[in-house]
Amino acid sequence: MAEAQNIPAGSTTAGTIAVAAESTVATRMSAPPSFDVQDFPVPHGREEEWRFTPLERLRGLHDGTAVATGTGVKVDVEAPAGVTVETVGRDDARIGKAGKPVDRVAAQAYSAFEKAGVITVPKETVLTEPIRIAVHGEGGTAFAHQVVELGAFAEAVVVIDHTGDAVLAANVDYLLGDGAKLTVVSVQDWDDKAVHVAQHNALVGRDASFKSVVVTFGGDVVRLHPRVQYAATGGEAELFGLYFTDAGQHQEHRLLVDHNTPHCKSNVVYKGALQGEEAHAVWIGDVLIEAAAEGTDTYEMNRNLVLTDGARVDSVPNLEIETGEIVGAGHASATGRFDDEQLFYLMARGIPADEARRLVVRGFFAELVQQIGVDDIEARLLEKIEAELEATV
Amino acid sequence: MATLEIKDLHVTVEADNATKEILKGVDLTVKQGETHAIMGPNGSGKSTLAYSLAGHPKYTITSGTVTLDGEDVLEMSVDERARAGLFLAMQYPVEVPGVSVSNFLRTSATAVRGEAPKLRTWVKEVKEAMEKLSMDPSFAERNVNEGFSGGEKKRHEILQLELLKPKIAILDETDSGLDVDALRIVSEGINRVRENGEVGTLLVTHYTRILRYIKPDHVHVFAGGRIVESGGAELADQLEAEGYDKYVKGGASA
Repeated sequence: MAEAQNIPAGSTTAGTIAVAAESTVATRMSAPPSFDVQDFPVPHGREEEWRFTPLERLRGLHDGTAVATGTGVKVDVEAPAGVTVETVGRDDARIGKAGKPVDRVAAQAYSAFEKAGVITVPKETVLTEPIRIAVHGEGGTAFAHQVVELGAFAEAVVVIDHTGDAVLAANVDYLLGDGAKLTVVSVQDWDDKAVHVAQHNALVGRDASFKSVVVTFGGDVVRLHPRVQYAATGGEAELFGLYFTDAGQHQEHRLLVDHNTPHCKSNVVYKGALQGEEAHAVWIGDVLIEAAAEGTDTYEMNRNLVLTDGARVDSVPNLEIETGEIVGAGHASATGRFDDEQLFYLMARGIPADEARRLVVRGFFAELVQQIGVDDIEARLLEKIEAELEATV
Repeated sequence: MATLEIKDLHVTVEADNATKEILKGVDLTVKQGETHAIMGPNGSGKSTLAYSLAGHPKYTITSGTVTLDGEDVLEMSVDERARAGLFLAMQYPVEVPGVSVSNFLRTSATAVRGEAPKLRTWVKEVKEAMEKLSMDPSFAERNVNEGFSGGEKKRHEILQLELLKPKIAILDETDSGLDVDALRIVSEGINRVRENGEVGTLLVTHYTRILRYIKPDHVHVFAGGRIVESGGAELADQLEAEGYDKYVKGGASA
């Protein structure tokens, strides 16, 4: 690539870099990516990619015993004029272009889905209203595939809202043409019993911008795998996440940004609050800077706020760098407690205990919520955070 | 007139699986407009007194009474005590990440005053109070105590004292860790609050240095978990000259 040769030497690397040879991105998966579920052994729970996940609560998604039922999920798409909304068969060429399944459940979803949804925003179309996809669980089991494609220089916001009760395994592909701008907000507002395992694949075109906002509140087990690759130089990806993990919930977010192309940027910020017995949040942040990806600028951060005893966080940032000719690369992970001393301090200023807790959690999330850039979503998230606090404080 | 009355207060703390009595019968009355200095050597229990009055959960009151204008303070939760008019300026204020100073101050003032202060007058009030304490306006946007220097933490405590206007202010070693300039600024803040005559002040300190700026009406020597001697400002001069030796050794014979 011509661009790669024009990079000035002596670029600096900022931030902390850890390269853990025994747990690199490449070696942590127990099988190479594949569309075929048969290429993946049934996980037993000790594999690197499954070791945090309660397999027994996946309702058979991982071992082939989960079978699609007629009333799995109901999907309603609301799209502004100019957008094409289609339901297509498995042979549609746009399916699977953004990336292959990387674990057994994603491959199971790919092997089992019957019809896929495809949403297309034509080139140079700039939407002023969001595309809304409502995924409502009706108590059954479903395997799904969704494609969102933006033509060159198109701009769109997509809001995917998950509610109700379901066992859902899905793959979602985002294809961004050159110079396209896509913001996707995926809200997991499931009922308590839902199980949701999904892989999100974004393929970011030349000079395109992809922003993913993942918001997880509900469900029994939610395990999401947002992944980004760049189709050409100059792409940007922002991956924001916000989760509020309550008693008994397992919420797992596994990110991969694969810098396979020069001069691309990525910024990952995930924040979670936990409260209650057996609340378990897992965050895996993998960033890979391949040898060809000179001029990469990347940062990833995970912050957790533990509000009560009995909650557990596993946070594993992982940065793998194969070239030194980059602009910057850094990662950070921190888990803090809202402790008795902070509570005492705020109460000693007249603030009641529940109000004190709200103050801290609101402050913790506020900065991230403000970066979403979709007004009605921001307002709704703040409301939702309040509701989560009301419910349990 | 606001009066804090402490009678025969006994307090224990759990440490290393043992119960240890720290306060062994404290008697003290602080009235509105008065300033009392509690002075004592390290480990005498003077900070325990301050935190017990504020209701820190680490301390267990085993006997005695504390009343504020006749109301039983020991029956109140920590926030109720603050709303009743008790204020504790802490020696080691904790960081509260994610909560800005401005948000914190307003939430606190709303709780203590029983209604949200009017925005326009509030902004002015905070701005003026910060200026008097030589605090940069950018301070308001920082997170509570996060990355504050020792002096900034203490100024922030006194800022709260000025804004919350308590009936009784307990200042726990507010002078510790301050250089002379910071000590002067902080002391001036405390004096501004005292001068309006509406606060009773309990100044807990190890050193006499702060008493050059803040003149106490009463000085109490604290040793072995109780007040062992009380007097006027001259007692501080005596402590300055002689130290705590005679109290620590337990003899009044020296």
